[in-house]
Amino acid sequence: MKIRAQFAMVFNLDKCIGCHTCSVTCKNVWSNRKGIEYAWFNNVESKPGVGYPKNWENQEKWKGGWEKVNGKLELKAGGKMKKIVQIFANPNMPEIDDYYEPFTYDYARLHNAPLSEAAPTARPVSQITGEKMDKITWGPNWEDDLAGEFAARSQDANFANMQKEMYKQFENTFHLYLPRICNHCINPACVASCPSGAMYKREEDGIVLADQDRCRGWRMCISGCPYKKVFFNWESSKAEKCIGCYPRVESGLPTVCSESCVGRIRYNGIILYDADKLLDAASTDNEQDLYKAHLDLFVDPYDPAIIAQALKDGVPQSWIDAAQKSPIYKMAVEWKIAFPLHPEFRTLPMIWYVPPLSPVQSQIDQKKLPTESDGVIPKAEAMRLPVQYLANLLTAGKTEYITSALNRLLAMRSYMRSIHVDGEPDLGPLNRAGITEQNAKDMYRYLAIANYEDRFVVPTAHEEIRLDDYHGFQGQNGFTFGADVSKGHGTFSLFPERRTQSAEPREPAPLAEPRD
Amino acid sequence: MNAINFFFGVYPYIALSVFVIGSWIRYDNEQYTWKTDSSQLLSKSNMWIASNLFHVGILSIFGGHFAGLVLPHALWIGLGVSDLQHQWIAIVAGSVFGTMCLIGGAILWLRRMFNPRVRAAGRRMDAFILSWLMLTLVAGLSTLPVSIGHANHGDPGVMLALSGWVQSVLTLQPKPELLAAVEPVFRFHMVLGMTVFLLFPFTRLVHILTAPLSYVGRAYQIVRSKRRVKATASA
Repeated sequence: MKIRAQFAMVFNLDKCIGCHTCSVTCKNVWSNRKGIEYAWFNNVESKPGVGYPKNWENQEKWKGGWEKVNGKLELKAGGKMKKIVQIFANPNMPEIDDYYEPFTYDYARLHNAPLSEAAPTARPVSQITGEKMDKITWGPNWEDDLAGEFAARSQDANFANMQKEMYKQFENTFHLYLPRICNHCINPACVASCPSGAMYKREEDGIVLADQDRCRGWRMCISGCPYKKVFFNWESSKAEKCIGCYPRVESGLPTVCSESCVGRIRYNGIILYDADKLLDAASTDNEQDLYKAHLDLFVDPYDPAIIAQALKDGVPQSWIDAAQKSPIYKMAVEWKIAFPLHPEFRTLPMIWYVPPLSPVQSQIDQKKLPTESDGVIPKAEAMRLPVQYLANLLTAGKTEYITSALNRLLAMRSYMRSIHVDGEPDLGPLNRAGITEQNAKDMYRYLAIANYEDRFVVPTAHEEIRLDDYHGFQGQNGFTFGADVSKGHGTFSLFPERRTQSAEPREPAPLAEPRD
Repeated sequence: MNAINFFFGVYPYIALSVFVIGSWIRYDNEQYTWKTDSSQLLSKSNMWIASNLFHVGILSIFGGHFAGLVLPHALWIGLGVSDLQHQWIAIVAGSVFGTMCLIGGAILWLRRMFNPRVRAAGRRMDAFILSWLMLTLVAGLSTLPVSIGHANHGDPGVMLALSGWVQSVLTLQPKPELLAAVEPVFRFHMVLGMTVFLLFPFTRLVHILTAPLSYVGRAYQIVRSKRRVKATASA
């Protein structure tokens, strides 16, 4: 047994309102530089839809993640030799138009245009070429709130084994928001795909990073990641990705996307797992058993034997304390209401999702939906969202897990309703869903109230572990682009220069007419 | 000092020194700039055919030059390859890989010059070095008719003079006079080729030096530890 700590998150989809605050705060902090204008380390997709980049879930097209070949785990795009052979032109590489051509608008025109009959317009400008664009045809959330026709959106890979035609009808339309970031996988395919060894997983918290100095731009990680969450900076020719806001996390703060989430749907915490078992878990034969195998990797942070082993393996005591208070452990392991996104990719992702409930209140009021005994909370199977769709998203198609999670969430609601509305606790729903009163109260506290200190249990990093001389660390800096050792940068270099400015029309507005 | 003495007695050392020392300095100080500068993200069409033709072609040509000019003459004789056979192998291999490289390179050159996205994202040096490589390649291909002429007359003299000169340079006893008699097209190609080495550290070509061959023998997963690992402790 080898215990490692993993920084993990749970997103409660039931409360996501699709406001994109997470995306915007993340972009403003991490990816507003030249070359990755198009990259959204955090994006929110409207499902069903093809997503960002287009059809990212279809691994027959992109060959991301892992598969089992003759009983052995192998990268879906092929082994190491195949990668070397394909290095001159990666056949699985997405093109910028699979994401979208990054654009801004010629706002200066609104100030500078000469007097004319028609109001001046701010035309779109490509942030790659700096040229005017005729028309914007795709964007980072082009399908927002189910925009576009069903025929295009229904290319969504999660419809693969479903009779999707009925969801075309307005009465049957369903919708959920899917916020996505790097999953900081336990078995990351991007790390395995990187020929130069620049991608790595941090031992202390499991955050997956791309070493900017070591990356040579061989672009295998871009296609290797099945979630398409490693991006190619076309200006620097380096891989860039969500860094799990490690400078914040090391200081005990939640990530920017989590902190800024107005719906309070994001939970940050530590979970302990047995690193010796990860290969077996990822190699589970039946892909529908991967969720269970993944769950079995996690260890009980209260078990004295586990604690002893964790300390021996270098997990600090403060991290074990945090693992015991972890909201992630509660939701994933104790209540079993959170699931990994597409476990069938076999990367053992560590951003888990609470499936959304989607009752239609008017249908309930008209007694058209079967409900629990209270006559108000609908049954899990009666939800507008097809359970099969959620299962395709979260459990490789196995619906039992999803139904049972939805039942627990509904039972908790029903129970809390009985307390608050009827003034008398009704244990019936809890008993049917198989959870205790205490479970229901805790779930209510974490899911409905969602206090800051319950959502975010982030222990500070133990930077001192690697330092002999604490003072020697002074003066070093954090997130920089290369050559961050000591010297700083002059303006002159013989070697290729860095260009940091995005294409942005910057004509100044004309001076005001002088007045007498 | 006449031009031949300069270009074939002094210039090779300037080019090689800049190549070695420049690459070293860049590797030590400018890791962030050490990269392929791939533009596949911006334009993927034709990349599979063009990039593969270009890279396989140019790497094979480099290997061919190394085998034919740098490896000792005695090795080939020892292996039973006569000088004339050697020359015919060089002509055939050069034509095949040279043509591959020319076709692939031409597509890449057109793309770099005229694809608006690739052009906007690229640097002037990218266009310059690709053009320079293509010029060198065309000059190299123009030596083929001359070589074929020599081979048809059963005369490997020029080839021997060229490899003799390369080895004289590499053994620090340059003999530029060996090249006085060879056709100017060879000398033109050689000056262009030496200049590629001179320009090398200042271009994207440096990515060749970090070709990730070690990937083949590596474990898939990489975990970096913050803990200081003692030499005796198991990882």
